[in-house]
Amino acid sequence: MATVAAVIASTHHPFYYRASTATGADRPPFADEWVAKIEAFRETLTKARPDILVMVGSDHFHQLWLDNMPQFLVGKAPYFDANWYNEEREFGLPRMRLAGDEQLAGHILRNGLDAGFDLAFSNELRIDHSITCPIITLRPDADLPIVPIYTNIFAPPLPRPGRFVELGRTIRQLVESWPSDKRVAIIGTGHLSLELGGPRQFGAHGPDPEFDRKAVEWIARGDVDGCLSEVTLDSLHEPGNATHGFMDFMLMMGVAGAGAKADHVDSLDLFHTMEAYFTWYPNGVPA
Amino acid sequence: MSKYLLNKFLYTIDRDPELVERYREDAAGTVSWWEQELANEILNCHTGERSTWLSFTDEERRALREHDHVALFGLGAHPFLTLTLFIAMFERDHGPLEYQKAYGRALQHLSLPYPDIAT
Repeated sequence: MATVAAVIASTHHPFYYRASTATGADRPPFADEWVAKIEAFRETLTKARPDILVMVGSDHFHQLWLDNMPQFLVGKAPYFDANWYNEEREFGLPRMRLAGDEQLAGHILRNGLDAGFDLAFSNELRIDHSITCPIITLRPDADLPIVPIYTNIFAPPLPRPGRFVELGRTIRQLVESWPSDKRVAIIGTGHLSLELGGPRQFGAHGPDPEFDRKAVEWIARGDVDGCLSEVTLDSLHEPGNATHGFMDFMLMMGVAGAGAKADHVDSLDLFHTMEAYFTWYPNGVPA
Repeated sequence: MSKYLLNKFLYTIDRDPELVERYREDAAGTVSWWEQELANEILNCHTGERSTWLSFTDEERRALREHDHVALFGLGAHPFLTLTLFIAMFERDHGPLEYQKAYGRALQHLSLPYPDIAT
């Protein structure tokens, strides 16, 4: 059966690409520290020697729209073009193309349906920065096939937090039941407290540093029960109006497993939002 | 009230570079044209088939015609769509992050709970 080589949860900050590649007067003062943290984070994936990446993210009204909105969707295609005109425009993100792994995607779809998740699928999916940001930070050569999984954290009504945790647990089981000798890393990105388009946006820190502190604790300690006892669809409005993206972190806690302490934990307090990076090695820290 | 239609306007303008410029330069004309020609176009579907029932309320139309992002927030338009499109139109007229910060300040009078964005 396939091996889960690493489980990785991260924020996906679309400003990283521009900040990390800027030079001279254009380079922001926080860029060097940010790059150093990302390079350390990248090493946690590199040393897991993955063959395939399962990538959990969320479409930002690019291909998925309100006339036909899936809650959870698996991309099953030989290739995925990536990034969109408005991401190029606002963030300077490059166009990319990633290979897909249709075998693993098909396995996740078939067995996910049988496990009680009515997963939507797409055979022609152009992915956005929720998936390309972690490619840029963690695997900039973009040389591994992926299976993208999109969640709806964006267009209510949303699934409840517990459902994200359950989907994470199921994804872990599905990868581990895949008859293959491949090493699979499961990577998901979301947000800590975040406000977009509201009065608390673009402050000196994230909109709710206390929520961020607690969130990092929950994730780092694998405290699924503690997190679920405090986080609801209603409560997520309090830390910031885009904080429902935290549910993708909760999904990744489900992948890592209750009580699983992260092997790598890091964060960076930026203006506007806090960055956070976590890696677990379910089968032991690689040499 | 149609939060969906507001969002559909923001979404279809934002993804087309020519329409972004057109809406920036001629908001009222673009809204009128869009409501007439595109409001009932079913996206990602057979061409030629249209819906028959979508139109803005007066307040929605006014907010779009006046680039009034505060009113759009109050009407429950999706804040990500509004922010993304307005950054595309107006960030260029300001220094780094100035526009984003002013955009937030214009909403400072609001407190939780924010208007419901469910469609």
